[in-house]
Order: sequence, then structure tokens, then C-alpha cells
Amino acid sequence: MDGHPSLNRIGGIALVAIPLAFLGYFFVYPLLTVLVTGFWADGRIDLDPIATVLGRSALLNVAWFTLWQALASTLLTLLIALPAASVMARYEFPGKRLVRAAIVIPFVLPTVVVGSAFLALLGPDGPLRLDLRQTVWAILIAHVFFNYSIVVRTVSTYWERIDPSLAEAAQMLGAGKVQTFWRITLPMLRPAIASAASLVFLFTFTSFGIILILGGLEHATIEVEIWRQATGLINFEVAAALALLQILGISLTLFAYSRYQERRAVQFTHQAHARPFTSTTRVERWRIAANIVLMLALLGTPILVLIERSLRSTDGYSLGAYRDLGTRIEGLAAPATTAIWNSARFAAVATMLAVAIGLAAATVIAYRRGWLSRSFDALLMLPLGTSAVTLGFGFLLALDSPVDLRSSLWIIPIAHAMVAIPFVVRTAVPVMRSVRHRLREAAATLGAPPNRVWREIDLPLVARAGLIGAGFAFAVSLGEFGATSFLALPSNPTLPTAIFRLLSRPGAESFTGAMALSTILMAATAVTILLIERLRTDSLEDF
Amino acid sequence: MLQCVLLSVAFGETVALDSVDLNVPDGEVVAVMGPSGCGKTTLLRAVAGLQPLDGGTITWDGRNLKAVPPHERGFGFMFQDYALFPHLSVGGNVAFGLRMQGVDGRRREDRVRNVLDTVGLAGYEHRPIHELSGGEQQRVALARTLAPSPRLILLDEPIGALDRALREDLTAEMHSIFAKLEVTALYVTHDRDEAFAMADTVVVMDRGSVVRQGAPQDLWDDPRHEFVARMLGFGSPHPAVVTNGLADFGWATTEVALPDGTQLVVVPPQAIRIVADGPLRGLVTKSAFASGRYTTEFEIGTATLSATSPHRFAPGDPISFRIEPQQILAVDD
Repeated sequence: MDGHPSLNRIGGIALVAIPLAFLGYFFVYPLLTVLVTGFWADGRIDLDPIATVLGRSALLNVAWFTLWQALASTLLTLLIALPAASVMARYEFPGKRLVRAAIVIPFVLPTVVVGSAFLALLGPDGPLRLDLRQTVWAILIAHVFFNYSIVVRTVSTYWERIDPSLAEAAQMLGAGKVQTFWRITLPMLRPAIASAASLVFLFTFTSFGIILILGGLEHATIEVEIWRQATGLINFEVAAALALLQILGISLTLFAYSRYQERRAVQFTHQAHARPFTSTTRVERWRIAANIVLMLALLGTPILVLIERSLRSTDGYSLGAYRDLGTRIEGLAAPATTAIWNSARFAAVATMLAVAIGLAAATVIAYRRGWLSRSFDALLMLPLGTSAVTLGFGFLLALDSPVDLRSSLWIIPIAHAMVAIPFVVRTAVPVMRSVRHRLREAAATLGAPPNRVWREIDLPLVARAGLIGAGFAFAVSLGEFGATSFLALPSNPTLPTAIFRLLSRPGAESFTGAMALSTILMAATAVTILLIERLRTDSLEDF
Repeated sequence: MLQCVLLSVAFGETVALDSVDLNVPDGEVVAVMGPSGCGKTTLLRAVAGLQPLDGGTITWDGRNLKAVPPHERGFGFMFQDYALFPHLSVGGNVAFGLRMQGVDGRRREDRVRNVLDTVGLAGYEHRPIHELSGGEQQRVALARTLAPSPRLILLDEPIGALDRALREDLTAEMHSIFAKLEVTALYVTHDRDEAFAMADTVVVMDRGSVVRQGAPQDLWDDPRHEFVARMLGFGSPHPAVVTNGLADFGWATTEVALPDGTQLVVVPPQAIRIVADGPLRGLVTKSAFASGRYTTEFEIGTATLSATSPHRFAPGDPISFRIEPQQILAVDD
């Protein structure tokens, strides 16, 4: 292979063929099946399902609601998160690293856990004593909570690398603080804000678990409606047509975003290292403190309320809900411990699959040049732009022949791996590419033959990237709900599907059970993410 | 006129400025020279209002600037890394200060064109910043600083990032622009030649304090302090006992134009004449080409001296020389 001498030809072919086959059968084929179901009947193009969707006002309302709630969520998140991003970017304060790590937690929490937490917080028995369940407000607030850290992280890392002398230069040319912000800082931040906003828009446009749990029957996004049509009403054609509409919306967003980034690709040299400063004035210290308190309250309250509710029983606080997990809770076809066991083993298998296939693909993307690398890169990012519900639906439609995989337990970890592969690739490729060619040349001049160079220089770095990718894959699999909701049988639930099942039943017992399971899922996810963060902070950039 | 009285700034334990006094009269260029970390950039930022003072006062024409924020001081600042706005074109950068002053339309365009012409970048208005070379960026930064006609220009190592040949050209060019526009400026640099070429007055700083200030010629003729002598490249001082116009260094005795007593003196390169049968002899340690001549170092007894010679010596060569009595200078330590 041109970029890399030590990989031989057969190995090279396998590296291309295995990811291609996996992606072909478990992603492209199911998706095409969805397309065909929506568009094709009796050997010809059939526009009836599309016409049904466009003709039925209830379905058009779903599309409209999907759009406006996503826009409103995005604006609200920007409004609330930007001041925090400014504080994180510009000031150094004690505990900053901890705050930085803590604000990521909501984003990595499974949507089902976020749904549960806000059901507890905004329900009639919550500490606020106001019932916002089944209102748009509950959805918007949960979306802000969920996406807050995307905006804070993306914008603040960009912001702190903007050379502070630019703002000083503007001041010396006569611009006051407000003018400096509007004319210099904001225009320079625009790419970061745009990229954070389009991510938030995509996530909220395809929101599923949060809407299903908090929105009740009145509020449905396209994503929720696909699931209802396919699993509740067994109306596959309409579900497929809705999936098409969904894919169209996602593609338009991605297209608009990439056009925007191309158009205003301002090249500027970032500072290599950020240099935020310690505040000196009292006013600034108050501002920082106020922002941190707000941040922690916004992010911490739902989590604390969730834990509190899992411990609440009819007579005071107890661990009763946790003790009862081994027995059969009303509404679940199996003991909750089965769900825990299923989630753990599915996540383990999904992680192995995702890491093996993701690393193979990353090797091709990183070490090959030209069209193969580029098209592989694009192909492997496709699952990111496809909603999990569409994927699950595709599995349901497509994977019945030649072998009926749908009733196999393997189907769930395969679906999870499909969702996780892009994360593994995204983690590994930059690391593989960051091993500067100069380092390899240096090793060679010191007498290392090509294989030895790979083992001594590339491998240690790639191994770490693999571990981080594995952590992501594990966390993704633990919390995956969209695809799993199509594939998990009631007798063999995962943690998210068990939680959802419990939440959709009335009664204090199932509610407390759902809270306990959510707390366990949250803890498992948080531990995984903290381990990843530890690996990441041993700065890979130094290499 | 800028007047600074007893300026003090500390960063935690580190004292960056320690009771600094400094004046910049109208129409003059004052260069502050010193090694990195001597506090010269802090001084500049304090004058700009970008660095709060722990003590002292800064006044302009007698008015205390304490409560005046940077953007209302009417000073220009040229940054070491230029700090050009990457999202604006060359013209947008140069026009920024004029926009802040509310200068509109034709007058603004004319001024931008004018200033770009002055710095030798006529017609560059629409170029994006990232396409410029280092030297062009420097010129844009200068044009941006000049455009709003600031009453004082502050320059922080404005050509430090460029290569040597370019530095010399730009020094000469900036000097003539400043002279033509009768600019009042405070210029910070670590480079002796740059400071001497630009300034009417040179201020030497060390560890937060002003060591010496004066016209370039005065500093050259009488550095007065060991530190200044070193900054000027005059070498290390030597203890000497002077009696009746004869200085005894221990390694040599030579005529001097200094009063009697024990003192520290420097023997700068220009004091040494390499001659065929001079009264003093040394052994060459190294000889390197520099600016058309050779800088030759040699040992005599326990001392190391440096001189310029028309040809290269090999290490170990004997060298014979004499010392010009008028060029030997006494310094404090």
C-alpha cells in the first residue's frame, strides 16, 4: 500500500473487504429495502405511500412539529450554552477540569435515562411541583439538557484558541467591549457556532427516546411516527415513506452545513495552546461563579432527582427498588436482571465487532490515499447521518432471508456495532494520521526495519485510539434505543427497552423500577465515559 | 507628550515593572531595549491600558489616563504577531480603526488607499490575510496602526518575526515613514541595531527597571553600566588599578584616559587595533565571518577579548594588538 509499506497485499484486500461486506449487508441492504418498500410495488414505482403521507394532515403535522421543535431546541440551547462557553474559554478557575468533564455527562447519557430523569423532575411528584409531562416544554428542556455540552465544548475549545491579541488589537483601534464582541469575536466564532448548531439540530430533528417518553401521544417526531406506524399499526409502506422524508431532511441539513463551511472557510492560524487567564476583578469572579452554579444546577438537578426517585418508596427511602430487580416486576416479561445481563453482553459483542471493523476501515482511510480512502471515509460516515430507528426498521424488513436473523440474539449487537463504527473510525483516523511521517523516518534512520517501525511507533498510538473507540462503542451500545426498540423481544429486553416498558405502565412500582434501572444505566455509562476521558487527557497531540 | 511615573506591575511573586519612569516627547521615537523578560512588553501594555497597574501614573499632556479604557486612549498598538483579523481583507483590517472613529464612505476609502500606498502595498485592499507573506503582513499591521492617526504608536517587537535581510529593509523603511509623518512612538525590541536605527532616545531595561536612557550616540560613548555595555556587545568588564593614566589589568598594562583608583572597565572591540608588532600579544580562540569582516576572539592572560579583523585567524594563532586609550570605558556593576 502506498502510504504504508508494511501492509502486504492480501492483508490490504481483507482490510477493504471486511468492512465493505459488513456495511453492505447490515447497512446498505436494509436501507435499500426501506427505500424499495416506500417507493416500489408490483415491479414499478409506486408513489401511493408518499401520497398518503403528504395527504394526511396528521402526518404533515408530524413533519411540521419535527421541524419547529428542532429549531426551537437549537436556538434555546445556543442561548443558554453560549455564556457558559465564554466563561469556559476565557477564564482559568479552580476545578475547571472537573467542570469540563462533568458537563459532558448529559450528552453521553442514554436518551431513555434523560427521559426518565425529566419525567421525575417535571412530573407531579417532582421537586418543582409542576406537571409538564406531555408538553412541548418538557421536550425542549430535556433537549437543552442533552445538547448543552455540544455547544459549550465545541464553541469554548474554538474560542480559547482565538488569539487574545486580536481583541486587544480591536480595542487599540477604538472598539469598545461590545463592538469588539460583535465585530471580531462573534464573526470568528461563527464556524464553531454553526457546526454546534447543526449537530444539535440533527440530534433534535431525529429525537426519539426523549419524545416518546416525555411527549405522550400528542407529540411525535417523524422518528417516533416511523416506529408507531411500523410496530403499532404494522403499516410498513407509510413507515418507509416517512423514513424517506426523514433521510431527505437529514441530507438537506448536512448539505446546507457543508456548503456553509465551504463558503466561509476562513483560514486562520490557531494558537497551538490555549491561554485563558485567571480573573482579577471581583465582577469577573462573580460572573464565573454564577455561570458555574447555573451550569451545575441545570445539569445536576435532573440526575439527582432521578437517583432520589429510585430510592423513594411508600415508607421513606429504601433500596427496595434495587432489591426487587431480581424478581419479576409487573409489566416486564422477564426479571430486570435479565435486561442488565443482556445489555452487558450485547455491549461486549458490539464493542468487539465495532472495534475490529472500525479499525480495519480506519487503517484504509488513514494510510491509503486517493479515491479509495475518500470514498471509504464517506461510506463509513453514512450511518451517522441515518437515524437508528430507520436502521432498526430496515433490519426488521430486510434480514429475514436467506437466514432469518431477526429472531437471533446476534441482531442486536450487530445493529449496535453499526451505530458505533463511525465513532471508532472518527477516533482512530486522526490518531493514525497524526503519527507524523517524520517520526517514522527518524525510526528508520535509527535502524528500524518497516515492520519494527509500525510496531514501535504506530502501534502504541493506535492501540490507545482503539481503546478509546472501544469505550465509545460500549457506551453507545449500552444506551442504544432506536434500533433496539424494533429488535428486542419483550422476553429478552435490554436496559433501555425495559426502562421504556416500565415507564409506559401506570403504577408507582413500575415507575420506581424504571428509575432504579435508569440509575444503573446512567452509572454504567458515566463510568465508561470517565475511563475514556482519562485516556484522552493523556494528550495524544504531543506525538 | 507621554509621561510615566513610578510604574509598577507584579504578577504574583514576579516583579515585571519596578518604579519605571519614562517620557516620550511629541514627535520622538523612544526605543525600549532589553532581554526577554525584562518587562519591556509589560511597560508597553501598561501604557496601552491593556495591563492594569499596581502603582504609578501614566499621563498624556498632563491628563491622568487611569480611568481611560484602551479604546479611548487614541493610541495605536502594533503586535509582535501582528494580530491581523483573519476574517477581514487587507482593506477591512486597515479600515477597522477608521470605522470605529465613524469615518465613512469616500473619506475612509481614500485614507485606506493612502496608508496602503505609504507602506508600499498599493492595490492590496481586497487580498485575504492568509495569502500574504510575513513581510506583507507586517506592512498591513503597520498600515492598520497608522490609519486612524493615533497620537502615540506603541510597537511590540514589530519586525522580530521576520528574517534578517527583511528586518533591515523594514527598519529603514519604518524609520523614514515615522520621520515623514512625525510620529510619536514607543518601540520595544531586544535588538540593539534595530533600537539604534529607529530611536531618538534609547531606554535600556533589566529585570523591571530602567538601567540607562539617552541618545544612541551617548549610550555608545558611555554605557556607564556593565549591563548596558553587555547589551551593546562590549564584552565583560575587567577589574583594573589605574595610576597616573596607566591601567594595570593583571594580564596587561596599558594607557587609559581614566582617573586614578580601582575600577571596572570594558575594552570594546572598537578599542582594539590588530597591528603587526603591537605591544600586546594574545592567542586566538575563534574567528568567524560577520558582515564583511571577521570577529576574532582571543585570550590574553586570564581575559578574553574580541576584535574585528580583516582576515580569518586559525585557533591557536598568535595575535598582536594595541588598545586605544580613549575607547576604554569605566562601568558600574
